[in-house]
Amino acid sequence: MSKKVMLVMSVLLIAVFVLSACAKTAGPAKFKACEVTDTGGVDDKSFNATAWKGAVDAKEKLDIEAKYLESKEIADFEKNINAFIAEKCDIIITVGFLLCDATKAAAEANPNQKFSIVDFAYDPVIPNVLAQAFQTDEAAFLAGYAAAGFTKTGKVGTFGGMQIPTVTIFMDGFARGVRHYNEVHGTSVETLGWDADAQTGLFTNDFSDQQKGSDMAVSLMDEGADIIMPVAGPVGLGAAAAVKARGNALIIGVDSDWFLTAPDYTDIIFTSVMKLMDVTTLDAIKAAKDGTFKGGSIVGTLANGGVGIAPFHNFDGQVSAELKAELEGIKAGILSGEIQMNPAFKQ
Amino acid sequence: MGKKDLEKQDIGKTILEELTGGEPKEKRQKRGIWKILQIPALAILTGLIIGAVLIMATSFDVYDAFKVSLWKGLGTAFAEVGEAYLALITGSLGNPVEIVQALLYGDALDFRNAINPILESLVQSTPYIFAGLACALGFRAGLFNIGVEGQLFIGAAAATFVGYSLTGLPPYIHMPLAFLAGALGGALWGMVPGLLKATTGGHEVINCIMMNYIAYRFTTFLLTGPMSRPGTGGMPVSPIIEKSAQIPQFFKTPIRFHLGFFIALAFAALVWWVLFKTTLGLNLRTVGTNPRAAKYAGMNIIATTIIGMAASGALAGMAGANEVLAVNRSMAIGLSAGYGFDSIALALLGNSHPVGVIFAALLFGVLKNGATKMMVVSTIPIDIVTILQAVILIFVAAPAIIRSVYRLKQPKVEAAAIMLSGWGGVK
Repeated sequence: MSKKVMLVMSVLLIAVFVLSACAKTAGPAKFKACEVTDTGGVDDKSFNATAWKGAVDAKEKLDIEAKYLESKEIADFEKNINAFIAEKCDIIITVGFLLCDATKAAAEANPNQKFSIVDFAYDPVIPNVLAQAFQTDEAAFLAGYAAAGFTKTGKVGTFGGMQIPTVTIFMDGFARGVRHYNEVHGTSVETLGWDADAQTGLFTNDFSDQQKGSDMAVSLMDEGADIIMPVAGPVGLGAAAAVKARGNALIIGVDSDWFLTAPDYTDIIFTSVMKLMDVTTLDAIKAAKDGTFKGGSIVGTLANGGVGIAPFHNFDGQVSAELKAELEGIKAGILSGEIQMNPAFKQ
Repeated sequence: MGKKDLEKQDIGKTILEELTGGEPKEKRQKRGIWKILQIPALAILTGLIIGAVLIMATSFDVYDAFKVSLWKGLGTAFAEVGEAYLALITGSLGNPVEIVQALLYGDALDFRNAINPILESLVQSTPYIFAGLACALGFRAGLFNIGVEGQLFIGAAAATFVGYSLTGLPPYIHMPLAFLAGALGGALWGMVPGLLKATTGGHEVINCIMMNYIAYRFTTFLLTGPMSRPGTGGMPVSPIIEKSAQIPQFFKTPIRFHLGFFIALAFAALVWWVLFKTTLGLNLRTVGTNPRAAKYAGMNIIATTIIGMAASGALAGMAGANEVLAVNRSMAIGLSAGYGFDSIALALLGNSHPVGVIFAALLFGVLKNGATKMMVVSTIPIDIVTILQAVILIFVAAPAIIRSVYRLKQPKVEAAAIMLSGWGGVK
């Protein structure tokens, strides 16, 4: 072993630290919004990404600092929350029901720290946690109705990442939308992948393996479905890839407007069921910054714009004016309470 | 121990000496501590340098600074790396300035925050110690246990179930019971590939991988079905483990440092004792080094293989039990981000020796914990640490690279025999 090499290394290492110590200058402290993702990671093209978009929007609009920490496993939740508390974040946003225990424990141990959790509501409420829940089935109902009106094969499909309420609420709303279309028009469009009566359906049991999404989409297309709504985060992109490869079916995006967030697939995105966690997250950050933050829960609905369906974009010209008018009617019906959703999913 | 056993041991010892080039005591120690540590130490150093290059190459600030001038660019590049590594160190070992400040001016919470980094590193290391021991024990017995991840999941599920379903037990019964349930779950899961290998010759690597898949799906089924927390509508989260079954944490929030760390050290000592001081350990190592010779020496290969896999699985199950009983207090999907697979590399880094495993686990824990702070401070993704680990391990696994880079001499004795037989190549 040459001692010279070691010497050079040591000098270099010391130089790095000395240099860095000099270069570091402290700026004025900004308001800090910090997001802890669940195990899906921040670029899951699904709810972690959407919630993070809310923080990024807040960064631009409110001139704040936004940070995130990805959780790789459940033991990371508490660690990451603690890291942000130590960092003196002004509000900590935890994303996903998996973080419900860790958020609750941290909120109770740090009553002056503001939290907001996405996709989970506490009962009873915790005074320093603002919970964000979503009546997603209202939007999915519209998407199901639109899909039933647009399908050429008379079959539409859906599948989920896992049989959990935040996923099945999409599938259930979708299937009920299709059923409503059948009742109105006397048609018999079939929903593959979710049985609204038995509450059972197709699941990949995986939120990360895109191949599983691809396989699922291929099976659904083989069964004749020409519009597919994958409710499985990034796994849905695998479905989009399979649909694009075959070229005779369409995808309904979830969580965000996939026409914008998945630009590779713009020519097969029929519409998207949007769950606007970015809007609610931005609101929560704004409230914390303005000093109007209050614990409790906000439920995103069609009425307050927390959920909705995306424009048809490329397919706008192909969707008939009657169908669009009917969709407006249904939206009004949902808002007025005339059209009822499944009470099991009431948020 | 009867006379026959003594004889058997002697034969085994002779064989082992033949195979490994003498007792690993006297001769090896003469090589000095530096000789043993030089490859891992240089691998870590090289990993850090490569990591630094990656940090520089992926920073937009650095590119912007280079547009201004070469010196500004270099300055920014080094500043970024310095900031990142400084955060890595203070995030994993603590910041002396903060500790002193907290001692002088702060309250109890400030002090806890200041000393938390190093204790949290130990918390992060604990599952690595258990899982690393599992792999190391397997390697020593000539078994490549790639099923640690699955055994860990089963162990965690078993410990969780015992942890929340039994109520009213005193802690000194409930806690060990839940922990042992985890070990037992892992042992059973590990025993299956061992049994298959011993009786049918089915390769443990393939069977372990398949057992992993079964474990993932089985635990997902349990968590969304029978073990789902009531009132959540099938959310994949188990009920909270009873207080009496939780492994106690020593301090208040945010410090998570818990008894599990010492349990892990105790088991490392136990594994060392069993491997190097008992007949069973001798059998395991001899079968691991050369099964034919072991058979010739009259050792029971079938039993040894099954025991080896079961013991390895038990340690893996403890890793899972430790995580749910001490840290998470309930089980949910996403329990482990690959402890089982990291531990294979970790055992390799630690030369499949319990002491080596402890140090390798501490390194992994420190890196993992420091990465959080690094990301908070400099927004460098945590994944850079995964790359660091990978690079370090590549260099440890391929010492020839390190030797040629740093112009080291080739040592005379290569201790590669243990590793090779595990891969099923040299039999």
